[in-house]
Amino acid sequence: MEQFAALIDALVYTRSRNEKLRLIGEYLRATPDPDRGWALAALSDGLDFPAVKSSTIRTLLKERVDPVLWTLSRDFVGDTAETASLLWPQKPTAPEEAPSPPSVSETVELLKGMTRKSVLTELPALLDRLDVSGRYALLKLATGAMRIGISARLAKVAFADAFGVPVEEVEEYWHGLAPPYPELFAWAAEGADPPDMAGIPLFKPFMLAHPLEDTVVSLDDYVAEWKWDGIRVQLVHAGEETRLFSRGGDDISHTFPEMLPALDFPAILDGELLVQGTTQGGETGGAASFNALQQRLGRKTVSKKMLAESPAFVRVYDVLSLDGENLREKPWEERRAILEALMARLPPERFDLSAIVEARDFEHLAQIREGARDDAIEGLMLKRRDSPYVPGRKTGLWYKWKRDPLLIDCVLMYAQRGSGKRSSFYSDYTFGCWDGDPDAGADLLPVGKAYSGFTDAELKKIDRHVRQNTVNRFGPVRETDRSLVFEVAFDSVHASKRHKSGLAMRFPRIHRIRWDKPPHEADRIEALRALVRD
Amino acid sequence: MPAAPFSWIQPHPHGIHVVPADAWVDPSRPVDTALVTHGHADHARGGHGTTYATPETLAIMELRYRTGAEDDAGEIPHQAEPVRYGETVRLKGGVDVTYIPAGHVLGSAQILLEHAGERIVVTGDYKRRPDPTCPPFEVTPCDIFITEATFGLPVFTHPPIAGEMAKLTERLAAHPDSCVLVGAYALGKAQRVIAELRAAGHTDPIYLHGAMEKMCRLYEEHGVDLGELRLVSDHDKEDMRGHIVVCPPSALNDRWSRRLPDPITAMASGWMRVRQRARQRNVELPLIISDHADWGELTDTIREVDPQETWITHGREEALLRWCQLHQRPARALALVGYEDEDD
Repeated sequence: MEQFAALIDALVYTRSRNEKLRLIGEYLRATPDPDRGWALAALSDGLDFPAVKSSTIRTLLKERVDPVLWTLSRDFVGDTAETASLLWPQKPTAPEEAPSPPSVSETVELLKGMTRKSVLTELPALLDRLDVSGRYALLKLATGAMRIGISARLAKVAFADAFGVPVEEVEEYWHGLAPPYPELFAWAAEGADPPDMAGIPLFKPFMLAHPLEDTVVSLDDYVAEWKWDGIRVQLVHAGEETRLFSRGGDDISHTFPEMLPALDFPAILDGELLVQGTTQGGETGGAASFNALQQRLGRKTVSKKMLAESPAFVRVYDVLSLDGENLREKPWEERRAILEALMARLPPERFDLSAIVEARDFEHLAQIREGARDDAIEGLMLKRRDSPYVPGRKTGLWYKWKRDPLLIDCVLMYAQRGSGKRSSFYSDYTFGCWDGDPDAGADLLPVGKAYSGFTDAELKKIDRHVRQNTVNRFGPVRETDRSLVFEVAFDSVHASKRHKSGLAMRFPRIHRIRWDKPPHEADRIEALRALVRD
Repeated sequence: MPAAPFSWIQPHPHGIHVVPADAWVDPSRPVDTALVTHGHADHARGGHGTTYATPETLAIMELRYRTGAEDDAGEIPHQAEPVRYGETVRLKGGVDVTYIPAGHVLGSAQILLEHAGERIVVTGDYKRRPDPTCPPFEVTPCDIFITEATFGLPVFTHPPIAGEMAKLTERLAAHPDSCVLVGAYALGKAQRVIAELRAAGHTDPIYLHGAMEKMCRLYEEHGVDLGELRLVSDHDKEDMRGHIVVCPPSALNDRWSRRLPDPITAMASGWMRVRQRARQRNVELPLIISDHADWGELTDTIREVDPQETWITHGREEALLRWCQLHQRPARALALVGYEDEDD
């Protein structure tokens, strides 16, 4: 565990991507199996130990540290695992009695064996065997999210670089293998045969799009589709089994079990997962609002009621392989023809085809996009007619052309300190609109919360504003004197019972900071309500 | 009729008012009579009528205000009244003032105020760890103990400095073609780091950012040996490979650092205990070195001094207040303004 903890510490303090790759590579080459496999899993996808939750750590600490001091410390540090690693009462021991730190694999085995009950004695025993860096690494490992600026992709690139194998191949095998990846290390590090993946429904990395921005393309070369407001999925059937993968390659089959029997022949489909409904999408639609889909996300089990009320379907837009034949090298137009022919083999209650948006030319397309204020539509996708299906974001092949955001002027009401890189900065803002005429005594009603859209320099300035204009404190939250106006951008606004204003924004972010604007000139609730399209 | 106990001392947002003497401890705006604990700009502002401070602190103030090195430099004090450690001076209204070492930086003092048989100690900033550049903190019994709380959270434990120095010299040895750039507060921290390096046997020249030169000279004039110091501006990039360079924290990510050979960015500060604080500063080598008391020192000191009441001036006062409550010690937080803690 010491080497792993040292790696984590070094990664935390390293800015350069190449240096991060070097550090991970060095560790992977120097560390024996299965420790390095577990470490790689922790750095990439994260490990899941159901018995260890962030709340478990809080419980353990509050038994050992005054709860108020714990909360103040957690609020300052901005990270539960780190706060716990710093506050854990270290038992003074003589050097000869110093406990021996566990290896990574011993740690993983112990964590796997813990139950909700035994964790309360076994995790402390493990923490007692480690120093402050070791405790941090352990708690990060145990709660499954390292959050140290290493993406799963970077970890895979580091693995590929360390052993001189192509990262594309690593990604192909990755999703068919389980930690600690003995086959992967045997192949990459020791020159064994590549892992045998036949008959396993494997995730293939998605092809992604660049924002169009100011680019203008010709519709002779590109075709347009709606960009639907669901979640991107890949449905894979191989060896009698079907799996559903999310954008990041996570297996979400259990969340949408109704989709699995719907594909019963070998194929890989790419599309948007939506929930059936009538509120959105008009004649082309048949999808419910994103809210309905959100109810179904992140669930391990799905009730019968939910399956009946909010059944899912996939709006298909690409096919990567069919009946064992890899189609990814073929141009989009050929894949589209195969896909259109294929629709007859798919049950219509679970699949429909993503329609092509017909337009005379680019300008006409721009008009169509402007006219689309439908909530199920985020904008347009532009795909090059001759584009092969290549993983990642290759310039010039696919573009996303999101519709322009809606804007409204709001007044900052509350600010909360952020976490991670922004700990100690007031970076989460709740803002409101006037519930009537502010000059006639109307009050502000909160309408949303935003954490993004500003630069680091602007963050510092807003942080200073918050500290200097605080009128009230509630734990980590400060209420300000309502003197700063934000121009807030958002994608859409819906009726919602969660907020006092009865409105909820989607993707609100700070568009501009209006240091110049007097707060009474900010917008009223009616202005926001007028933008509801439910 | 005797006055209510301790009514002769009044905390205000801009300082602690010693009423009978009409004097202020570390006031953040100009007053007639100021009692200054130490030379950091947020405690030792200029423009007062008369300033009482240790001779070292007065020398530091004069240097800063004369050179205009500080952003908020005021004027040179109209009248400087040096008070040596252990010496007692009587102010008007029958207030006796004694300066006692605080162990924070050169010249730093706690101020003992005595009046009508009541004793009050204002610590200013202090630490309990050994520091080769100033005499150690002395525990002084009192009725009211007015303490700082910069690192007043139980997450703050400053490790022994030897380990932090070893981290610095080991990193330098592992990267002989780079330099290690250490961000350190220009008054106190920088000289302590250099003196500790010397004590650990590091005899190579150490390079300085121009803003640190005069303060280092002042320390040397007061008997602190800092070894061979060179100015970055007098040397070529190549000369500095394999050497330590010390600069103010504000210069760490500044264009100034482009003149250095592949610098590894280090920072010497108590805040480096928290990973995200180091990351916010883009620090690659965090050195947990502080001139303030850590949580253990703050709480142990309150226990040792064992006052009737503890007042908390600035920092994480909420947590220290909570600790006092948990230990049945009467305490209150003073809402003082103008103290900064970001760079230590």
